[in-house]
Amino acid sequence: MSTPLVEARGIVKRYGPTVALADGQLTVLPGESHALVGRNGAGKSTLVTVLTGLAAPDEGTVRFDGEPAPALADRDAWRAKVACVYQRPTVVPELTVAENLFINRQPTSRGGVISWRRLRTEAAALLDTWDVRVDPEARTADLKVEDRQMVEIARALSFGARFIVLDEPTAQLDNREIERLFTRMRALQESGVTFLFISHHLQEVYEVCQTVTVLRDARWITTAPVADLPRRALVEAMAGESIAELEVQLRELDDAAPVLLEARGLSSESYENVDLTVRRGEVVGLAGSSGSGKIELAESFTGLYTPTGGTARLDGEKLPFGDVQAALKAGVGCVPRDRHGQGLVFGMSIGDNATMTVLDRLGRFGFVGTDRKRGFATELIDRLDIHAEGPDQPVSDLSGGNAQKVVMARALASDPRLLVLINPTAGVDVKSKESLLARMDSARDDGTAVLVVSDELDDLRRCDRVLVLFHGRVVAEHPAGWRDHELIASIEGVDHG
Amino acid sequence: MADTKAAPPLAAPRATGAASARTVLLRRARELALVPALLVLLVLGAIVNDSFLTERNLISILGASAALAMVVLAESLILITGKIDLSLESVVGIAPAIGALLVLPSAESGWGTEWSAPLALVAILVVGGIIGAFNGILVVKFKLNAFIVTLAMLIVLRGLLVGATKGKTLFGMPDSFFTLATSTFLSVPMSVWLAAVCFAVAGFVLKYHRVGRALYAIGGNQEAARAAGIRVDRMLLGVSIVAGVLASVGGIMQTGYVGAISANQGNNMIFTVMAAAVIGGISLDGGKGTMFGALTGVLLLGVVQNLLTLAQVPSFWIQAIYGGIILVALMIARVTTGRAQD
Repeated sequence: MSTPLVEARGIVKRYGPTVALADGQLTVLPGESHALVGRNGAGKSTLVTVLTGLAAPDEGTVRFDGEPAPALADRDAWRAKVACVYQRPTVVPELTVAENLFINRQPTSRGGVISWRRLRTEAAALLDTWDVRVDPEARTADLKVEDRQMVEIARALSFGARFIVLDEPTAQLDNREIERLFTRMRALQESGVTFLFISHHLQEVYEVCQTVTVLRDARWITTAPVADLPRRALVEAMAGESIAELEVQLRELDDAAPVLLEARGLSSESYENVDLTVRRGEVVGLAGSSGSGKIELAESFTGLYTPTGGTARLDGEKLPFGDVQAALKAGVGCVPRDRHGQGLVFGMSIGDNATMTVLDRLGRFGFVGTDRKRGFATELIDRLDIHAEGPDQPVSDLSGGNAQKVVMARALASDPRLLVLINPTAGVDVKSKESLLARMDSARDDGTAVLVVSDELDDLRRCDRVLVLFHGRVVAEHPAGWRDHELIASIEGVDHG
Repeated sequence: MADTKAAPPLAAPRATGAASARTVLLRRARELALVPALLVLLVLGAIVNDSFLTERNLISILGASAALAMVVLAESLILITGKIDLSLESVVGIAPAIGALLVLPSAESGWGTEWSAPLALVAILVVGGIIGAFNGILVVKFKLNAFIVTLAMLIVLRGLLVGATKGKTLFGMPDSFFTLATSTFLSVPMSVWLAAVCFAVAGFVLKYHRVGRALYAIGGNQEAARAAGIRVDRMLLGVSIVAGVLASVGGIMQTGYVGAISANQGNNMIFTVMAAAVIGGISLDGGKGTMFGALTGVLLLGVVQNLLTLAQVPSFWIQAIYGGIILVALMIARVTTGRAQD
């Protein structure tokens, strides 16, 4: 057996009174793609922080190729061993790709003058070496997420690192982009690059990784070849209990239920001539690849996106477009697409975030009663099972799953008649996902219409119908009970012309 | 948005040479966005007033803009790193005033130290550097908010100047205090030449030196800069000191141009400085902008000011009109550069 490329043993890391990692272990062999899985708060990020030399462990050792890890201050030595591609970009958006690749080590001629010509050729050569098809002259801010990730990987490789940590690289990608990322990962793996792959999507682990390490409650649980660990066992290892596989009960569709949302001939730059009806108590899914216009279509009903033509009626009344306030008043609740961007104000408390849309109901003349707000927020926290100290805790303290529940709480706070959920379970662990999806079910029990946009089949499985958009047109409708490959085929546009 | 056409997985479109050249050209064009506006103003000036397009008037525009140019240069460097320094306008007043107080005998309301003129001039630069360092330490080391810290410093320094001079105007400094504005080379004041050289050097460093590129990186994404091994804190502190020194040079130029140091030298200058920088394409969010752009911003405002004077606008109204023109210029710059002035 060869020496492990990375070996971490008995890692303990405390932040104040919190033990972030009680017993971290990881052994990555050269040339493999190793998955690191665990629920939010299991200690994955802490382990990555230690592995990339951003923090020293309180106890335990990290070895690279059998040698002890470099000193924390020796950034160059760390960079030559390991690199991490985070969800948030670590590139400078305004600079060109070429400059980002060689930031602070631009090739210079005599006198320290930067040679832009050499910078360009060296960047092009580097990108070519690793087969990254990106224009070195492009502004980095203009790159697609997948290209930006590849640029970051190429930069890491150019420092000599052959061990790359990918922290939820697929979170912002659609299926096709994920496939491309995996193809590239496999190619890089063949040229000797080792990956540590962090993801909430277990099917990706099976698709691209050879070995998996599971963390739970800040401890190492198991490391095994993925082939020996069936999905159910993996989920059990992560959750510490057996979670029943999602049982989907097919409900009788109540055809008599009145139509709540009726859209006719909606058109815009992103979609055209879309007709859509949602009945009271019905859950309708929207699927499609990332350019299909599904998000824009859903946002049209919430006022976040303005269609150029067509009409939408909610309960017979005309729904105004492009006005979030009016949409709220009409009874539309929304979980927006991006928790960080549109979902939450991270510096504010849970209570403030959850009641943001309903402040007018909590007091008169624009004044807000503190007690009423607290009471209302506490009720929401209970209702959604948010793990928090109370309504005054800042949202920035919460894990991804709980933060997403706060967004959901805000959407439900106004007792909406139509609930629009856009990627409601993105970046959320298995258990929180369950409880978020359960909200979807209970919303429909009380007669709310729900429109769900998601890339995740588990979310869509709960829908009464799934509409598939392709290039801005509704191309297919699948009633509940569809098979995965059918839906994927229509999302990818292989079942129709 | 992803391209959903059925393309083979790895055939991401490589931008063609022509497209790439076009984007580069577009970027260049944005840097030059103010040049047409400047030309239009020159033509307009020539039509409105006969004496506008004379050598003498053009040189006087340059001479009047030199001090502003130095402060804009200083502010631009700081803005590019994503910080802000409002106190530079007070440096323009207090740095030369301290130099003057060190030179003047106590009979002429100096401190009676009667330093030699060259020593006092060096002291002016040192004062600028110290103030910059002080700001920098508060912002970088103690992590105070740059806007509020430098706003407080603006008021403190202004107060110190008024206190030290008891509100009086300082006269009678040695000639070397005025040399920059009074002596000429090729009939253009030395202050203009000096400002031009400073802009050229700064522009070169920003484009062709790692230090300059580091400033953009810090302003664009501080964490990424740190991860790339840039010593972010040290750079920020350094820029702050350099900016203080540049502003004090601006103060010397202003002193020479006016011929004295009043207790409100530099007052309200910061608004013009910010306007020139933003019109010139420097982003208040950091990471964007060029020295050439900043320079065109300065010249634009200089020409406007000159035109207003030549047009004999009643002095009571000049501020309102000047402010209005700055506002309009900001809007035009927003349209011509086609990007948000964030």
